[in-house]
Amino acid sequence: MESQLPAEFVVNVDYEKCRRCKRCVMNCSFSAIEFKDKVTPNHRQCVACHRCATFCPESAITITENPLAYRYGYNWTPEIRKNILKQAESGGIILTGMGNPKPYPIYWDHMLIDACQVTNPSIDPLREPMELRTYLGAKPECLEFNSDSSLKTELAPQVKIDIPVVFAAMSYGAISLNAHKALAMAAKRMGTLMNTGEGGLHEDLAGYTDNIIVQVASGRFGVTSKYLNNSAIVEIKIGQGAKPGIGGHLPGEKVGEDISKTRMIPVGTDALSPAPHHDIYSIEDLSQLIYAIKEATDYKKPVSVKIAAVHNVAAIASGIVRAGADIVVIDGFRGGTGAAPMIIRDHVGIPVELALAAVDDRLRQEGIRNRASILVGGSIRQSADVVKAIALGADACIIGTASLIAMGCRVCQKCYTGNCAWGIATQKPELVRRLNPEVGADRLCNLLSAWGHEIQEVLGSLGINAIESLRGSRERLRGVGLGQETLDILGIKHAGIGQ
Amino acid sequence: MKVDGIPSGCAISGMMSEDGRRIDGRVIIKSIACMHDRSNGLGGGFAAYGIYPKRKDQYAFHMMYDNIESKEATEEFFKDAFNVDKDEPIPTFRENGISNPPILWRYFLEVPENKLEFISERDYVMKTVMKVNSDIEGAFVASSGKNMGAFKGVGYPEDIGKFYKLEDYSAYIWTAHGRFPTNTPGWWGGAHPFTLLDWSVVHNGEISSYGINKRYLEMFGYRLELRTDTEVIAYLFDLLVRRHKFRTDRAIMALATPFWKDIDRMEPEQKKIAIAIRQVYGSTLLNGPFSIIIGHSNGMIGLNDRIKLRPMTAARKDDMLYMASEESAIREIAPDLDEVWSPRAGTAVIGTLRDVE
Repeated sequence: MESQLPAEFVVNVDYEKCRRCKRCVMNCSFSAIEFKDKVTPNHRQCVACHRCATFCPESAITITENPLAYRYGYNWTPEIRKNILKQAESGGIILTGMGNPKPYPIYWDHMLIDACQVTNPSIDPLREPMELRTYLGAKPECLEFNSDSSLKTELAPQVKIDIPVVFAAMSYGAISLNAHKALAMAAKRMGTLMNTGEGGLHEDLAGYTDNIIVQVASGRFGVTSKYLNNSAIVEIKIGQGAKPGIGGHLPGEKVGEDISKTRMIPVGTDALSPAPHHDIYSIEDLSQLIYAIKEATDYKKPVSVKIAAVHNVAAIASGIVRAGADIVVIDGFRGGTGAAPMIIRDHVGIPVELALAAVDDRLRQEGIRNRASILVGGSIRQSADVVKAIALGADACIIGTASLIAMGCRVCQKCYTGNCAWGIATQKPELVRRLNPEVGADRLCNLLSAWGHEIQEVLGSLGINAIESLRGSRERLRGVGLGQETLDILGIKHAGIGQ
Repeated sequence: MKVDGIPSGCAISGMMSEDGRRIDGRVIIKSIACMHDRSNGLGGGFAAYGIYPKRKDQYAFHMMYDNIESKEATEEFFKDAFNVDKDEPIPTFRENGISNPPILWRYFLEVPENKLEFISERDYVMKTVMKVNSDIEGAFVASSGKNMGAFKGVGYPEDIGKFYKLEDYSAYIWTAHGRFPTNTPGWWGGAHPFTLLDWSVVHNGEISSYGINKRYLEMFGYRLELRTDTEVIAYLFDLLVRRHKFRTDRAIMALATPFWKDIDRMEPEQKKIAIAIRQVYGSTLLNGPFSIIIGHSNGMIGLNDRIKLRPMTAARKDDMLYMASEESAIREIAPDLDEVWSPRAGTAVIGTLRDVE
């Protein structure tokens, strides 16, 4: 069937500037540029990944949105019409990548941070210590000491991170080995953690034990005793913010030799992650898996459970803590993905800001907040989001999309095609080698250093010099443009109200 | 009657005889009056230990009432909750310009045995204090310890001291506070010291970590409805020392915790303890500028924040330990000192009563 879909973008080539070097042709991984006597765009294939424009030595290429006008309809937006055309042609579920792009409210942008004036001095982070060190893991309610004044209480395993930002789970398969290597190197250098996602741990990363979270998801890819023990933390993935309640599918063409070995599945077979864990049909089953993992790792590693933020998230999180998890990860509905049905990504789940506030409140009401650390993600875009999340009650944040952008990602949402021109969400060797792990790691370290400095600046302006004095201190946040019910859920006052 | 938060400037002074000698209230008034310019007349107060030796086993409740109805409601509640051995007005001298005092009354209370089936005596008393402050409109517990009391109100501290006739009381520990609040609530309950059981706190500064300190305490059943940052200090000491049975130095380690760079250089056993305290008690860290003097039956503790953003001087002379915002306030009452020093940031000065009976 001939497609009736118009092109989304137009590739403009300035032929006066073009030297016909063909660099753009070589760089375009979406077949949007050919060379027929001159550089000839195939507009329909363009995804606006900016690879050609970035690498054109003459800056001769610009990408614009196709200015094709649609008859105005508030209800029948161009996007909805295009989706219907796609489905009329394909008969399939519309696939997409990255996080929810819809204009739902972003609560981070409706919260403002306090600062010191006169009555308490702000602190200069360039002159005074400004501590970001955080320990993840279950804490006892109190400490006890022996009569010889030594410590009697034995703490559950604690994992130290030097900055309260951890790389989010992204599997080898969804992203390239070079991207994994960059994340691992950066995590080690910055004293934080990367997360293997559900695709197992490539042997090249075995040396990064102290900076790796290994994931156990419903497909159990690559899960062995060695894998579990080659980690700082073991994470059970129940859900993901971009696609709560559904599984995953890594198409067979991406399962080459290396991925086959890492995931422990035959070359060329589809890697299917079931929607639920078929051994977890309720909370008591989760508890069994948590303790099975603790047994397998000799109670030396915190066990984390990751869930998507859904309506009943507070009660679910409380159950997870009582089931024995040391860490709860909450992934909001704006979280990213390598591939998800658009209907799920754009319409399922709740914002992480509200989920986090509800979970932290619930755990405090039950007096069990100390029993687990809370990590949140699902579109943490900047250090200000980290500060606000910690003030709402998180121990640390996870960043996926932000870390990919640091490595070159242009958020074109085509991760599921395997054609990532930046060598990130692809397994094609000629594309993967475009991402130099060393350079990727440098860029990631720069991002984390920058955020770390920014968080220290905010702490200083708040007049505090340790991150634990911000954690859960909602008194230092104020809402703007929020209704009373939202303010109550977030547990903050509206701007204009004093202490 | 409950009012908004009260960031404050302030002056503090404390004196203690480690031998347990009791000294009358004129001395501490003289010390705090020396720092008159650090307060603005919107609050002053004193805590005194050892003032009710004849009733030292009874809880002495100093109450403030907005009106007669709140007094009646509270007395009705006390009748059921305690054995009230004696009650009387707190003596005052009313001719020195202190205006609009609330009804000031004190009670000497015993806890009936039948109340203690499921709860310790001090937890029971703590809960009743929280209940009165939160639930009885217009009633406020100024202090609730044994053989101690808080005397506070709206005015300059030296005037408050005369108003309460402190010359008639003798104590082995006196602490005092002059307030410079940056807004003007004019509320008697909002003056320092803040107390719970026999803990009392006078505080110069602002607790910037108040938000999380409060939410942490609420997990343990404390109700913080006075909305002033100082009360968290008293409650945190109560939680750590009384309920979690921490030694004073360990409690200090939680509240003004050492920096990681210093912890990383500690001896292994000490380091293990310090790391565990920061891991478990991070939410108790008092962050922001403060100098405080904490009183309790067996001693007095002076403490600065971790980078010393508020002043504090300490001194000794024979059995006396002094602490104050300014050295002048100590020299005013003890010109001839054995030792004077500025305590380091985050390092406590601890006075302990010898020969505790």
